[in-house]
This record gives sequence, C-alpha cells and structure tokens, in this order.
Amino acid sequence: MAAAAEVRVEIASDADVVAARQAGRRLAEALGLGTTDLTLVATAISEIARNITAYAGSGEIVVRPVELNGAHGLEVVARDAGPGIADVERALQDGYTTGGGLGLGLPGARRLMDEFEIVSQPGVGTTVTMTKWVST
Amino acid sequence: MSVPILKQGKVLIASIQTALTDTDMLRLQDELMAQIGRSRSRGVVVDVTALDVMDSFVSRSLRGIAHMTRLRGAETVIVGIQPEVAFAMVQLGISMEDVHTALDLEEGLALLESLGGEAERGGGGG
Repeated sequence: MAAAAEVRVEIASDADVVAARQAGRRLAEALGLGTTDLTLVATAISEIARNITAYAGSGEIVVRPVELNGAHGLEVVARDAGPGIADVERALQDGYTTGGGLGLGLPGARRLMDEFEIVSQPGVGTTVTMTKWVST
Repeated sequence: MSVPILKQGKVLIASIQTALTDTDMLRLQDELMAQIGRSRSRGVVVDVTALDVMDSFVSRSLRGIAHMTRLRGAETVIVGIQPEVAFAMVQLGISMEDVHTALDLEEGLALLESLGGEAERGGGGG
C-alpha cells in the first residue's frame, strides 16, 4: 500500500473548504479509490466542510487511511466546537435546514460515503466521521 | 479567482477554469447579471467542464443564475457536467430539472439557438 499519510486541514473560510476536498481527493487517489469514488469523497467533504464554516465558523477536517478486517479505505473526520445540532435525526433528513441552504449537506454526504457517523452535543460541538472503502 | 466571461453575439459564455470558492461563485452570479444588462444578452452558457466537484452550494448558485437570467430575458445553459460529477450530484440529491443543460459548449450554443436566444445574433445565419 502507498505510504499515504494523514492530512489535517484547518477550516475557517470558503477557501479552506476547497483545500479540504482537494486534500481528500489526493489521499483517496493515493489509496487507490476509483475515479467516481474520488468525486463522491470530494463532494461529501465539501458539504461537511461548508457546514463547519456555515454553522460553527471554524473547525478542522482530517483525512487518513483506515484499515478494518482486511478492508482499507479513506476516513474523514470533521470536528468543530460550534453550537452543535440539537436534533441529529432531523438534521439527517433531506431538506431540513436551519441555515437557508438546500438541507442536503448531511443526508447527501451520508449517501455519498460508505460509513457515516455523527456525534453532536449542543454547546460543545459536532464530529462527523465518514469512510469510503476501496472496492475490491 | 474570477471567471472570464466572453461575449459572442447575443450570448455570454462564462468558462469556469478552476475550483471556485463560494465567494467566487457569488461574484460570477453578480457579474453575469450585470453583463446581461450591459450587453443586452439573450443567452448565457456556463461551462463547468473544469469542475471536479459540484456540491449543493455550486448547484444552487447555478440554478439561481438560470432563474435570475431568465427574469432578465436571457436563457442559461449549463454545459460540461462531467460523468462522475453527474453521478455525485444525483447521489447528493440535487435536482437541476428546471435548468437547461447540454453536453458541451457546441451543444449548448445550438440549444440556445433553438430556444431563440440567438435570434438576433449579429452577422446573420451560419
């Protein structure tokens, strides 16, 4: 496997959103994900990174190689210390938004990735962890 | 990074060259709206061939451009959506149903012509 390493991108502006998805795409490519998967990963990172700038102001995105039971892939962890999400179930429904967008960010990112987990605590922050496996 | 806008007859062609930030996208929206008035354009082509990601914000902005330009009397065609990008947009849940799209610039210009957007194009015929 390629010596692909973890990359951390601070998210504070809309330029960082672009930087994060490009870092994710590069690592995904190094890990051997297919062309379509690269685009799915980059798009999911874009949605999640924008949620950070829109709702929390700032945070970080870490992309890293992950291995589990012989499968390998790319893991994305997005963290912020923003206001948190009061109703995570609702935030995962299509079309639900408190930010004036389309309400596709979280549910859309979940559909684009293979694994998706969100932990949020009001007043503390939100962490989204999502994975795309290299198909064998 | 600003997007160059070319004027070809009654049509404006905005050719996106590289990944755009949200701010760049909103600037493109403003510039197209202003230039439609200045150039009395009847059609707009936005070429997104170079975009490797079209997320919900970009898609919403393009739809906004299409709707706003129509209110100003110009039809917009989005051209060059890459196959993987189209796949990702569908997974994401983005609908562009009410927006004209075409395979590439040539098809986009042909579509505008058929919509009448190029009816008054200078030079006549061709």
